[in-house]
Amino acid sequence: MLKIENLTRSFGGLTAVDDLSLHLETGDIQGIIGPNGAGKTTAFNLITGIYRPDQGRILLDGQDLSGLTSDVISRRGIARTFQNIRLFGKMTVWDNIITAFHQRMGHGFWDAVFHLPLFKSREREVCKESLAFLERFGLAERRNELAENLPYGEQRRLEIARALATNPRVLLLDEPAAGMNPTEVEGLIGLIRDIHREFDLSILLIEHHMPVVLKLCNRVQVMDFGRTIAAGDPHEVTGDPVVIKAYLGDEEDGL
Amino acid sequence: MNMADQQGKTLVRFRNIAIATILVATLVQFLGNVGLFNNYYLHILTVIGINIILVASLNLVNGYLGEFALGHAGFMAVGAYVAALIALKIPLPALVRLPLSLLGGVVAAGVIGYLVGRVTFKTVGDYLAIITLGFNMIIVNAIQNIDYLGGPRGLTAIPKGTNLVTVAVCTVITYWILRNLVDSVYGRMWLCIRENAIAGELIGIDVNKVKNLAFTIAAAFAGLAGGLYAQYQQFITPKSFDYLKTTDILVMLYLGGMGSLSGSILGVVAYTVLMELLRNVLGMVAPQLADLRMLISPLILVLIMLTRQYGLMGNREWRWLLPDRKQAEGGDA
Repeated sequence: MLKIENLTRSFGGLTAVDDLSLHLETGDIQGIIGPNGAGKTTAFNLITGIYRPDQGRILLDGQDLSGLTSDVISRRGIARTFQNIRLFGKMTVWDNIITAFHQRMGHGFWDAVFHLPLFKSREREVCKESLAFLERFGLAERRNELAENLPYGEQRRLEIARALATNPRVLLLDEPAAGMNPTEVEGLIGLIRDIHREFDLSILLIEHHMPVVLKLCNRVQVMDFGRTIAAGDPHEVTGDPVVIKAYLGDEEDGL
Repeated sequence: MNMADQQGKTLVRFRNIAIATILVATLVQFLGNVGLFNNYYLHILTVIGINIILVASLNLVNGYLGEFALGHAGFMAVGAYVAALIALKIPLPALVRLPLSLLGGVVAAGVIGYLVGRVTFKTVGDYLAIITLGFNMIIVNAIQNIDYLGGPRGLTAIPKGTNLVTVAVCTVITYWILRNLVDSVYGRMWLCIRENAIAGELIGIDVNKVKNLAFTIAAAFAGLAGGLYAQYQQFITPKSFDYLKTTDILVMLYLGGMGSLSGSILGVVAYTVLMELLRNVLGMVAPQLADLRMLISPLILVLIMLTRQYGLMGNREWRWLLPDRKQAEGGDA
C-alpha cells in the first residue's frame, strides 16, 4: 500500500532522515519509535510533502508521491495529525470537520455565490454527515465551541476526526498520546483500534508511550540519528540491546 | 433542532432587509430630487454605500483570509477608469450604459486582481503588504502618465449614471454575495488558512489557489465601487485612488472589525458619520480647530485597537445578518 524506498533528507550538514525504507501493508498498524531528534517527524513531513526528499521514493499503491505538494498528497489519500496539535482554533468544532469535507461538497463556485438550490441541498447534506461524524467521536455536544477552547484530550480527538474526514487510506499519527494521562491513553488506544476497523485504514504512528506501541502495532521500526537501527515485532524490538542503548538516558517512561 | 425552518426564516429576513434598504434609498433619492431631503445628507449616504462595498470586499482578504493587502484603492482605480471609459467612449442608452460600464469595471479589476494575486501569493505577511502597496502606486503612476486617461488631470464629464438607488442596489448585492461566499466551503477554507495554513494544506486545500480566489473577488468588488464612484462624481483623477484612499479603507475596516461583514457596515457608517460630525461641530464651535478632526479620528482608531484588537465587531456578526446554519445553532463564531 504505502511503500517508502531509501528516503533521505539533510538540512545543512545534518542528515535528518537517512535511507529510510518502510512497507505499510493494507490494514497494518505500524509504529516508528526512537529518541527525540531521531528524524521521525521529519519522515512524516517528507511523506506528507511538507519537505521534499533529497533522495528516495514514496509510493502509494504504486504511484510516486515524492515531489508533490501537501494538498495533492492529502487528496491522494494520506492524512496526518501533528505532534503539537494544529486545529483551526478560532473555528467551531463543527466547522473544523465540515472544512475537511471540502472535497465532497459536490457543487460549483457559482452555486455558492448565489446560494443556488444545489448549494443548499449539498450544504445540508454535508452538515448532517459531519454531525454524524462528530457523534462518532463523541464531540457532537461540543460542536459550537471554538476548537481552541476544548480540553487537550478532545483537541487530540478532534484532530484525528478531522484527518479522517478527508477520507484517507493511510493515516499518520504523530505522537497521539503525548501529554495524556494513563486513562486518556487507554481511551486513545481504544479509539485507534476502532477507527482502524471502521474506516478501513492503514496506520503509521510515532509514539514514545510503549504501551501504545505494544498494544497496537503489528510491526515497529526504530530510528536513531536518522537511520533505522532495528525493525520487526514490537515485543522483540523493544528488548533489543541496540534499541535500549539508543534510548538510555533519554526517555524513561515505558522502557 | 429544525434547521430547515430556521434557515428559511433567516433568508426571508435578509431579503426583507435588502428590499427595505433599496426602498428607503429610492424614497430618499426621490425626496432629494424634489428638494425635500438635504443633498448633503444624500451625498453622505451615497458615499457610505460605496465605501461599504470597498471595506466589505477587502475584509475577505484582510479579515477572513488573515492576509494584509494594502492596494485596494488600486483596484478601485482600475474599475473607475474602465467604467468611465466605457461610459465616455461608447455611445449607449443610459439604461445599458450603467450596467455595462460597471460590469467592465468589475471584470477588469478582477482580471488584474487575479494576475497580481498569482504573483503576490508566493509571498505572505509583510512582503504581501509591500507588493500590494507597490501595485497601488504603479497603477496610480501609470494612469498619471497616460494621456489617453487624462494624465494627472483625470477624466471629466463622465455621464452621471449613479445615484443613491444604484449604489444601494449594488451594495445590497455585494453584501449578499460576500455573505453567501463566507457562509460556504470557500469561506471556511479562507478561515482555516488564516487559522493554520499548514493544517489546511494537509486536509487537501490548494492554499494559493483559494487565497487568490479571495483576492480576485475582493479586487472585482473594488472595481465595482470604482465604477460607481466614477459615475457618481463624474470626474476622477489618479489622486483619488492613491495609498491615502487605501488607508481610509483600512481604517474603516479595522474600526468595524476583521472577519465580520456587519462590522464592515458599522465601521464605514461610524467612521464617515464621525468625520462629518467633527467637521461640522468643530467648524461651528471653533473654526480654527477644524483640522483637529484629522487628529481625533486616528486617535479613536488607536484607542479601539488598544482596547478591541479585532475591531468593534471582530469575528462576530449581528444576529439578523448571521448566515443560516449559524443563526439556527445560536452560535456566532
